Amino acid sequence: MVNSVSMLKISDLNVYYGAIHAVKGVSFEVEKGEIVTLIGANGAGKSTTLNSVAGLLKPRTGSVEFEGESLIGVPAHKMVSKGIALCPEGRRIFQDMTVRENLEMGAFTRSDEEAHEMRKVVYERFPRLLERRTQPGGTLSGGEQQMLAMGRALMSKPKLMMLDEPSMGLAPILVQEIFQIIKDLNEQGTTILLVEQNASMALSIADRAYVLETGRVTMSGNANDLLHDKRVREAYLGG
Amino acid sequence: MGFLSNLINGISLGSVYAIIALGYTMVYGIAKMLNFAHGDVIMVGGYLCFIGMSSLGLPTVVAVLLSIVGCTCLGIVVERLAYKPLREAPSLAVLITAIGVSYFLQNSALLIWGADPKVFKSIVDLPSISLFDGQLVIGPINLVTALTCLVIMVCLTLFTSRTKMGKAMRACSEDKGAAQLMGINVNTTISMVFAIGSGLAAIAGVLLCSTYPTLMPTTGALPGIKAFTAAVIGGIGSIPGAALGGVLLGIIEIFAKAYIGTQLADAIVFGVLIVMLLIRPAGLLGKEIHEKV
Repeated sequence: MVNSVSMLKISDLNVYYGAIHAVKGVSFEVEKGEIVTLIGANGAGKSTTLNSVAGLLKPRTGSVEFEGESLIGVPAHKMVSKGIALCPEGRRIFQDMTVRENLEMGAFTRSDEEAHEMRKVVYERFPRLLERRTQPGGTLSGGEQQMLAMGRALMSKPKLMMLDEPSMGLAPILVQEIFQIIKDLNEQGTTILLVEQNASMALSIADRAYVLETGRVTMSGNANDLLHDKRVREAYLGG
Repeated sequence: MGFLSNLINGISLGSVYAIIALGYTMVYGIAKMLNFAHGDVIMVGGYLCFIGMSSLGLPTVVAVLLSIVGCTCLGIVVERLAYKPLREAPSLAVLITAIGVSYFLQNSALLIWGADPKVFKSIVDLPSISLFDGQLVIGPINLVTALTCLVIMVCLTLFTSRTKMGKAMRACSEDKGAAQLMGINVNTTISMVFAIGSGLAAIAGVLLCSTYPTLMPTTGALPGIKAFTAAVIGGIGSIPGAALGGVLLGIIEIFAKAYIGTQLADAIVFGVLIVMLLIRPAGLLGKEIHEKV
């Protein structure tokens, strides 16, 4: 990892909601091929950071570089063609559109042939989506919706996939399944930036982690080390 | 035969309302705003076609096309100049702006074309169809209007269910943020919807003026409001709802005129709206909106 070039480099990021300073000088890096996780309590600024990278929020200062190119000022709808996909918090699948249409939207910037090709790949990975392809997204269960959201993000063949709280509201058995899928995706070459409140699960699959507290990075390092760190265990892993 | 003839007139007028209501409902669906200037685009469409046919002496088809293209451009320009800067503004500001645009269009028409009514020549120059030994007479424009509405409905349904842009439009209507994450340019999509809605308004204007040939700067105002009513009755945001609401409203209006009284017809039309809002606030085909927790 010493010689690899940073895929995503965030430096001194400051994001405000009106007068509220939500992200205060956050810096971190994601190397190609890694799983990096941002953990922290509710309101620590994790989602805000991801949404800023995705272009949904405009940071006030700081830099966001992807493969050496600045993303500041790039509108959200241009991120997909740069190779960045965000699987947003709360999944935000299109409820009234069928599973198949949701996947098609994921490949909006791709040609019809590529979309067709990717749909096969996604159905292979998520056989349940194939079964439910003609159902409206809103009729799926929580776990299926999360799979649809991930499948949809996958449709654009992203180099970097950002996932915001993929375990939220899911039964423990499903959480296991979702994290296994994230691991598989990473092994097949997708770089992952994962935001999670479920710190133990996130740390167990990640290479490196950053701990966010009230808008600041307070700890960072090897995920396995953090998993056994006394302070992390007390604050986020229930002792 | 009187009943049948009223029904045909009702369906014809309702088809015009339906075409206008489609524009209202699509714009509401994606931009979550009531474009009260929509009715006035109908009037502009009527004038453009009138000028094309009588002043420029263009063939009917070309004049109609001119009207559609003109209104499509007008729709895009109005959205860009008046509504786009207010994308993040409170909905009341957008509503007031739409009313302002409505007055702007009416008064511009007054300046350009004057206050005296123009007599619009029907775009369909065919003799009436006489059935049952002349007991039932059908105006050819009625058939053309109903048929046009049907074709538009089929095209729009195919567009929104089969094409990539149509699906992108539905995605934007549901969740603009998520749509952007898919790579969909929301601003372009909203422009496109305004373009389609305004093009439809032009068609509605031409058909309306062909049936009721008096063309004035205020021609579009009342049909616009009634089409809005139709869109609400059908369920605002719903495309089939707008068509259903439009046709129903047209039939109710014509029957009210025939059997109750001309003066009361409009009151009855809006009375239906009030009753509908009391019984089924989401409209006939509208979805109940649940507060998300």
